[in-house]
Amino acid sequence: MNIISRKPRFVSGLRLKENKKSEHSPISVIPPPPRVIIPMQMHAGAECSLLVQRGDKVKTGQLIAQSDAFVSAKIHSTITGTVKSILKTVSPATSTIISAVEITSKIAEQQQDGRLDSDTANAGLEEEKVFDDSGHIKSAEEFRIFLKKVESEQGAGLIQKIKDAGIVGLGGAAFPTHVKLSVPEGKKIDTVILNGCECEPYITADHRMMLEYSMEILAGAYVIFKILGPQKVIIAIENNKEDAIKLIADKIFELGLENIFSISALPSRYPMGAEKTLIKNILKRKVPVGGLPLNVGVVVQNVSTAKAIFDAVAYDKPLIERAITITGDIIKPVNLMVRIGTLVGDLKNYFGVLKEKPYDFIFGGPMTGFSVANMNFPIVKGTGCVLVKEGMDLTEKNCIRCSRCVSVCPMNLMPLMYGTYAKNNMWEQCRQYYIESCIECGSCAYVCPSAIPLVGYIKTGKAVLARKK
Amino acid sequence: MDSKIDEAKLIDSGEVYIAHPPHIWSGFSTAKVMYIVLAVLALPFAAAVYFFGLRALYLIIISMATALITEFAIKKLRKKPFYMDGSALITGLLFALVLPPRIPFWMAIIGAAFSIAIAKEAFGGLGFNIFNPALAGRAFLAICFPTAMTSWYFPAKWFVPGYAAADALTSASPLSESYIYEGTRAALYKDLFFGNIAGSIGETSALAILIGGIILIALKLIDWKIPVIFIGTVALGSLIFGNDVLFQVLSGGLMIGAFFMATDYVTSPVTGAGRIIFAFGAGIITLLIRNFGSLPEGVAFSILIMNAFTPLIDKYVRPKPFGFVRTIVKKDGKRK
Repeated sequence: MNIISRKPRFVSGLRLKENKKSEHSPISVIPPPPRVIIPMQMHAGAECSLLVQRGDKVKTGQLIAQSDAFVSAKIHSTITGTVKSILKTVSPATSTIISAVEITSKIAEQQQDGRLDSDTANAGLEEEKVFDDSGHIKSAEEFRIFLKKVESEQGAGLIQKIKDAGIVGLGGAAFPTHVKLSVPEGKKIDTVILNGCECEPYITADHRMMLEYSMEILAGAYVIFKILGPQKVIIAIENNKEDAIKLIADKIFELGLENIFSISALPSRYPMGAEKTLIKNILKRKVPVGGLPLNVGVVVQNVSTAKAIFDAVAYDKPLIERAITITGDIIKPVNLMVRIGTLVGDLKNYFGVLKEKPYDFIFGGPMTGFSVANMNFPIVKGTGCVLVKEGMDLTEKNCIRCSRCVSVCPMNLMPLMYGTYAKNNMWEQCRQYYIESCIECGSCAYVCPSAIPLVGYIKTGKAVLARKK
Repeated sequence: MDSKIDEAKLIDSGEVYIAHPPHIWSGFSTAKVMYIVLAVLALPFAAAVYFFGLRALYLIIISMATALITEFAIKKLRKKPFYMDGSALITGLLFALVLPPRIPFWMAIIGAAFSIAIAKEAFGGLGFNIFNPALAGRAFLAICFPTAMTSWYFPAKWFVPGYAAADALTSASPLSESYIYEGTRAALYKDLFFGNIAGSIGETSALAILIGGIILIALKLIDWKIPVIFIGTVALGSLIFGNDVLFQVLSGGLMIGAFFMATDYVTSPVTGAGRIIFAFGAGIITLLIRNFGSLPEGVAFSILIMNAFTPLIDKYVRPKPFGFVRTIVKKDGKRK
């Protein structure tokens, strides 16, 4: 039985230079940082309110913030230490001002300069061993034991566990996972897509996750399967990751899950991994404007999210760490398992030698990631990559209406119009050209021969229109 | 690892570069687009010089130089930055290619300057002009100097030994009623196809234009829809009007117009459907002018007229976004 279906080469999308420099670097778990800053909103949805005060002692995995709103995700402390201060920061999700909590560990108190030496770090690591996250499923036997455990649970109970673990979509949008899995009455999900496309250049974290935690990802996917009861689960992987395709296919056979799971090997095109284009390319279904994948009977989850779901169900482990790729114009790009809230400045040992000029520190991939304003920016739940690049310094020229943006737009829009209208503050006209349908994939600005920062104009336009409503 | 200290200092100083996503760029700049088009235009350029001699070469150089100098001067006057992006060179070259071979040089200078100064820069420069600058320049000359602009000559045969410029023979435009071709039908088609016929210096060789156009289509620099539908409409219309289809397609400015003028980014619609309407409209107007107008040729004016419709087409021919759902408004005004 062949479970790998291959899609034709001639699908639409950009061919980008992949630059996946770190794809052979295993995910190394690094010691917990001496301090973390945890924003109260690392997800799409309502800001959480703090449950701890300044001076409180907190343990790794302790619930420190939550919200009564349905669309929100719980937040846990990611290191053991003391709440040092409560500060204001800019939300990585909505760009509004929100609270954040700064937690420092013993190591930080001992070592004021912020650099870790290995002895204290190891001592700290021992203190952190709160969870039985031996983490790995070592055999098919262990997998079957886990499946039995899942089978004995109710869907609602599983969703509660995911909710308590504060899991959000780790692909970048950071939508609370328990909300995505709570399908309203009357809607039937027939397909679950596990997204392992990772279509952005440079990023390799999901690729490494699939190679190193394939069993756990399948176990997490099985939990989703149990909750939603779809007919099939399709694992979508771009064909530039043949090793992952082969490994996961082998595991599916080994575990005897070929009736549920199948793999869709997709051509490597940008933005293949975007929810809407992914569903279109695999199932030929179009998510309606303003709608969700569940409108067409589909739920899409990232592969790393599936691993987090496994951790939550198997060990009641909250989402306190995630795999990120540190890459770009640096000597040794790596994949790391880091605690949420780690400051990018505290990861500087991994950046290696940089030339003396301003670098662009990008959270996320090169196409959709944002530049951080300073080195005190924390890794949040949705951060999959820290990309260090030399600044491009492009000069914006006049639009020559070449229509390259129109032909690459996966949402079938006319991006050139947003540039023209945004410069003249004509926001209503932007709406007439369906600016709200834009998924901000950046394809238009990438191909623009005049180097017009269209995504910047579109983001501004959307923000202005949202405020007007 | 010797510069590790610098690295630490740099990061701690907080000096970072900030930009909008995407943080990578294709590198395919406007200037590259323009220079590729210029390189492809070398084909009709070569054909022009081959058939109409050194005079064609002088015309082209003078027009391109005038266009470039005018652009530079106007940019300085407007206190705007001047970019050497090749767009003025393309305008100058295209303008020269649609001139009759023996037009006085000073007229060419006036026309090229008009193309850049009035048709392009007065509207705001590259990207803002409504009309194709090269064609606007040609139309301007056609109105100011109608005789010079309609004096056609047989190809100069400068490569034939003993041929002097004074020997040039006047000819009617192949499209005018008074034109008589001495030879067989097949020989006429052959001359039209290769370019050995009276006409504007760059428009006569259908072969050179066709090769250039196909290269541009293959490079995805122009959309095939515009030339195919433009020429197709003229061909079909000629069939209906009972004209010689092949003759209509190969003669006059149709080829160069369809491949190099109507496909101008700035002055043609940006959507596929819009381009179909644009090219169809240009084809219809060409047919009307050729069959009922007082001018023998109408490609230039048909494109200019359709240029004026481009903003309107872009406004009303919008593609529906991905997953678009039509909102049905019922009679009582409630949205469904």
